[in-house]
Amino acid sequence: MPIRNIFNKGSDWLRSEGPHHQIVVSSRVRLARNLAGVPFPGWAKKAERMETLERIRAKVEGLPEMADAYSFACQDLSALEKQVLVERHLISREHAAKGAGSAVVMNRRQTLSIMLNEEDHLRMQAIRAGLQLKAAFKAVNKVDTELEQSVDFAFDPVLGYLTACPSNVGTGMRASAMLHVPGLVLSEQINQVIQAVNKIGLAVRGLYGEGTEALGNLFQISNQITLGEKEEQIIERLQKVILQVIEHEQNARKTLLQQRSNTLLDQIGRSYGTLRYAYGMGSKEALNLLSMVKLGCDLGFYPAERQHIVDELFMETQPAHLQKGSQKKLATEERDALRAGIIRGKLESFEAPDVAGVMARAQETPVALPLQPEPPEPPAEGAI
Amino acid sequence: MMLCDVCKTETASVFLTQIVDGKMQKVNMCEACSKEKGVSDPTGFALADLLLGMGAAQTVERGAAEGARCPQCGFTQGEFKKTGRLGCSVCYGTFAEGLEPMLKGMHKGLKHTGKCPERLQRSQARLSAMSNLNEALRKAVVEEQYEEAASLRDKIKALEREG
Repeated sequence: MPIRNIFNKGSDWLRSEGPHHQIVVSSRVRLARNLAGVPFPGWAKKAERMETLERIRAKVEGLPEMADAYSFACQDLSALEKQVLVERHLISREHAAKGAGSAVVMNRRQTLSIMLNEEDHLRMQAIRAGLQLKAAFKAVNKVDTELEQSVDFAFDPVLGYLTACPSNVGTGMRASAMLHVPGLVLSEQINQVIQAVNKIGLAVRGLYGEGTEALGNLFQISNQITLGEKEEQIIERLQKVILQVIEHEQNARKTLLQQRSNTLLDQIGRSYGTLRYAYGMGSKEALNLLSMVKLGCDLGFYPAERQHIVDELFMETQPAHLQKGSQKKLATEERDALRAGIIRGKLESFEAPDVAGVMARAQETPVALPLQPEPPEPPAEGAI
Repeated sequence: MMLCDVCKTETASVFLTQIVDGKMQKVNMCEACSKEKGVSDPTGFALADLLLGMGAAQTVERGAAEGARCPQCGFTQGEFKKTGRLGCSVCYGTFAEGLEPMLKGMHKGLKHTGKCPERLQRSQARLSAMSNLNEALRKAVVEEQYEEAASLRDKIKALEREG
């Protein structure tokens, strides 16, 4: 299956849907597993890595979840192609640097991806849109249970699943959610929130994980402890903290609308104006401006159906996604011009923000802002 | 029991650790010798504990494991220091001593309480069933309950065949 097919098809989890989708972009759960008695990929010799890959690749491809899967050996992918997969969170940055002896297998909907010979022999990951940590865990756990029928994973009765890095030993599980929190950033509460979250043993990271910048007001919250707690407990705790952050973000947005509306309007208006009329746009700038327009959508400044255009642009303006259609490598200026052009095209249908409407609603009904989608109406009595 | 390094006859109860030229030195002394050498000053000791406490103990452990090499994959402690990653699953046993304080600092306790591979669960259940049956068989023989013993023996044989 050619990789072009992936590029032309969006990831299922990218569509803004799922619980709390306005603030939680996506939920991911990954499990690290290793074969018993075989050196971890970082220490194995190349021949050993090839042998391990041979042993597990067929089993992974044979999973019922992986019927019609995409399966790539790392050396068969170009740097640009790998980068596209990184931008979609289907492989890690570390895996993108791997060559012969490593591979990735992912389902067609791009909600399940299994990296082979990353830092561990297997890194299995499920992604869902919105806040769906439990669903993501259920999916990846099922795959793990299926694989362990035919593969002997390195497991110690005391320490649990054994991983290359001691920071993953035990459950081998890392659960994380990507949050869009412009309200906390604009109201300068984000550092407090990060500190509080860190204090209870959870990590807060930027867009692409460890050591990356927080661009576009996007932050990842994940568990750090993997030993001494059950998988379900870890997820439960993470979920609770995320729900609290969501509440803080909603409150920050309300407060901004009611008390600092001019600052908020200025930010959204300027971002909209720049995105619609700029002819050169860097990827970081694009993310930060798009974040403001996304906030504008959430707050009702734009019709609800515009949301998916903004969400698509978040991905389509990333460096590798931008260049995937180009035959040759583009210089920075060419990229910035191309990016600005794509954004102008997509935002053509975007009407100016409905400031008067939102502000009127904000004054009338301070509590009932359209921050959360309404639960669906129950069907009327006797309806078919 | 550890003997006093000075008199070599009494049991050591005072343990002095010093770092000289970056090298660990440990002296174990009995109470009498420590008084004689003038190291029983309680304030002096509190300071030594404070300065050398945990860190010193760990340096000793690491020093001991420095030469250790994983029998399965040949990985060394030096490699671990360099990369922060282990060589294979057996390394967890090889370097257990040095890993323990590290795991304690990183995680919540040292005992995995989550998922366990089904196959292992089954084999553990089988092992414990087997040991229960063997114990019952031993008891039955001692108590001369031969009919009971014969039935237990058949059950054990059946379980062995399953495995």
